[in-house]
Amino acid sequence: MTDAEELRSLTRKLLAEHPPATTDRTDFLKARFDAGLAWVHYPVGLGGLDAPRALQAVVDAELAAAGAPDNDPRRIGIGLGMAAPTLLAYGSDEVKSRFLRPLWVGEEVWCQLFSEPGAGSDLAALGTRAVRDGEDWVIDGQKVWTSSAHIARWAILIARTDPDAPKHRGITYFVCDMTDPGVEVRPLRQITGEAEFNEVFLTGVRIPDAHCLGEVGDGWRVAQTTLMNERVSIGGARIPREGGMIGKLATTWRERPELRTHELHRRLLDLWVDAEVARFTGERLRQQLVAGQPGPEGSAMKLGFARLNQAISGLEVELLGDEGLLYGEWEMRRPELVDFTGRDAGYRYLRSKGNSIEGGTSEVLLNIVAERVLGLPPEPRNDKDVAWKDLTR
Amino acid sequence: MTEQSDLLYSETEDDLRATVRALLADRAGHQSLLDRIETDDPYVPGLWTSLAGDIGAAGLLVPEKLGGLGASHREAAVVLEELGRAVTPLPYLTSAVVATETLLALAGEGGGPAAELLAELASGRTVAVLVVPLSTAPDQEPPIAPEVAGVADAVAADVLLVPRADGLYAVPAGEATVGPQTPLDLTRPLARVSTPPGGGIRLAEGDAARAAVRRGLLAGAGLLASEQLGLAEWCLEETVRHTRERHQFNRPVGSFQALKHRMAQLWLDVVGARAAARAAADALATGSPDAPLTVAVAQAYCSKVAVRAAEECVQLHGGIGMTWEHPAHLALKRAKSDQSALGSAGRHQDAIAALMDLPAPR
Repeated sequence: MTDAEELRSLTRKLLAEHPPATTDRTDFLKARFDAGLAWVHYPVGLGGLDAPRALQAVVDAELAAAGAPDNDPRRIGIGLGMAAPTLLAYGSDEVKSRFLRPLWVGEEVWCQLFSEPGAGSDLAALGTRAVRDGEDWVIDGQKVWTSSAHIARWAILIARTDPDAPKHRGITYFVCDMTDPGVEVRPLRQITGEAEFNEVFLTGVRIPDAHCLGEVGDGWRVAQTTLMNERVSIGGARIPREGGMIGKLATTWRERPELRTHELHRRLLDLWVDAEVARFTGERLRQQLVAGQPGPEGSAMKLGFARLNQAISGLEVELLGDEGLLYGEWEMRRPELVDFTGRDAGYRYLRSKGNSIEGGTSEVLLNIVAERVLGLPPEPRNDKDVAWKDLTR
Repeated sequence: MTEQSDLLYSETEDDLRATVRALLADRAGHQSLLDRIETDDPYVPGLWTSLAGDIGAAGLLVPEKLGGLGASHREAAVVLEELGRAVTPLPYLTSAVVATETLLALAGEGGGPAAELLAELASGRTVAVLVVPLSTAPDQEPPIAPEVAGVADAVAADVLLVPRADGLYAVPAGEATVGPQTPLDLTRPLARVSTPPGGGIRLAEGDAARAAVRRGLLAGAGLLASEQLGLAEWCLEETVRHTRERHQFNRPVGSFQALKHRMAQLWLDVVGARAAARAAADALATGSPDAPLTVAVAQAYCSKVAVRAAEECVQLHGGIGMTWEHPAHLALKRAKSDQSALGSAGRHQDAIAALMDLPAPR
């Protein structure tokens, strides 16, 4: 068992042996990982100390106070938030010790090869094939909406290994080498003009059997670990009043009296109230998590923010009148991070359209709320016991 | 202030909720309300004594040294959630919140007529109501007139708190004329109240009187959000229960996506309403300077959610929802009446615009 005091002294020891001011950033992060202070709830030898997850905050506070570099969690978010917990749960010892350190340090960026053009909300219908050939698997297919694929070294991948089984049962989970010659990454230009995401074409990509996570045919269950972790990342920080997009709109309203109309005023106040209530809802969820009573309100947060962001940015374009008819730039860029408040209202309006689609469409989330939270009867299904190859596509 | 606001329910609050819910289930079921609402006295006999006196709910806001339980707006909010769920006719909001809070502003450390009256209210032996129209918002000056219409729960009051040009007066109900009106919400009786000029005891004058009334109305508006939350929650639960059981087209109607999405959306709104109502109750309990804004936000949001929940409840119950026998109409009438009570959503939005410097066009 490791307590807060012990973690504090271990952190101070790390800082003493590797002073941040004079240590190379990557070297410091490697030393931190080796000291078990990367993610303290991970096992000893894999960047952790088997300590309670909540104690990470003790380490982070000490390190931040000392001005130590962090591992840029926003840039390597998919690796940290999704690949790592899955590797930990399903990887062999070799896989874990090979991948977790460079992942955490940020030397190797990860991406996620899940969604396909024909399998978005119905992810389990995916058609990318994996066929065994000796000690390898050979992959053919196409993935889409892949963040970071153009900078990623590795990918988590799900592919179909048994077309004769019902769709959820014939899927297998792999770690894919993005430098394999069969992997082709193309930027996917979006509605905003820029290309945050990619299409990934997989042609005869060879993956060794050792890079299969979990049992063959059990990939859907493995993927649940990944997807569950996708939804956990909410509820960390407190948001100040007018902290989100509503702050931009309110500032414009205050500074530009010539743009005001009575009709826009009513709508502004409606949205201001909704945004403030969303903030209280997030704060309540955060307090529930801290008190160890997580509620289902997380689903409400994503649905609410999608609707709010779209309504607020839409009103902002309208408020700006002639100015709202202009757009910053259409040049295709490859941003590493999405910036919701840094660009102009037109960009916010267009980008926020993705908020009700990415990470689960609002329609699918409403079904989940209705069935799992309210206990309403499920939609009738006609795909559960049918072989994947016999499904309509 | 807002940073420390506690939006969860404490164990004590959960216990209080269980006690009140059990009492209301036992004594104020919907059938008993339906049996009484068309009589002159919709209040369930003896229920006020049990809730206000035995449980002590009328004294939650009152400090112990002034004869109350020394709890806070957070606990009173929980009582109101339950009264909203059951759409109970009781003068709780009017007497134990608005009148009580008004008197608290005047009671000081004790002694004097306001403190004496407050102790009576806290014990539940006396019911007092502020003589203003139910629609009066916290930032609104109450009308000064010999006769005031739309006064909620005046028919149950023993004492009337009457704002006059020269101050706030306590007038025994026996000295006034209380003429019942026919309300939209049959569970919250309204009346026309005339008080004789010069009668009663003056509790405060000038700014002190005005500030006390404002404080009473602010607490009322803030805690009304909890009543609206409880009501919305009941409407959603009943609708979910009904649509799971009701079959049409050989399926439970709750399995149709068109209905599921409406109920899921309502759940999201109720989640928001809970956060907003808790924030208002907590801001009032801690005496936060943020309270006027937080109360306005809670009112602007919760009054809409309650009306929508009640309207969805009627609609998704189909024909059953339009019948007198089903309690959905009790909730609809209360929600619609609550929407105008203590300031409309639009009025509260105007308050937000002023507090947050989001002015209307000139």
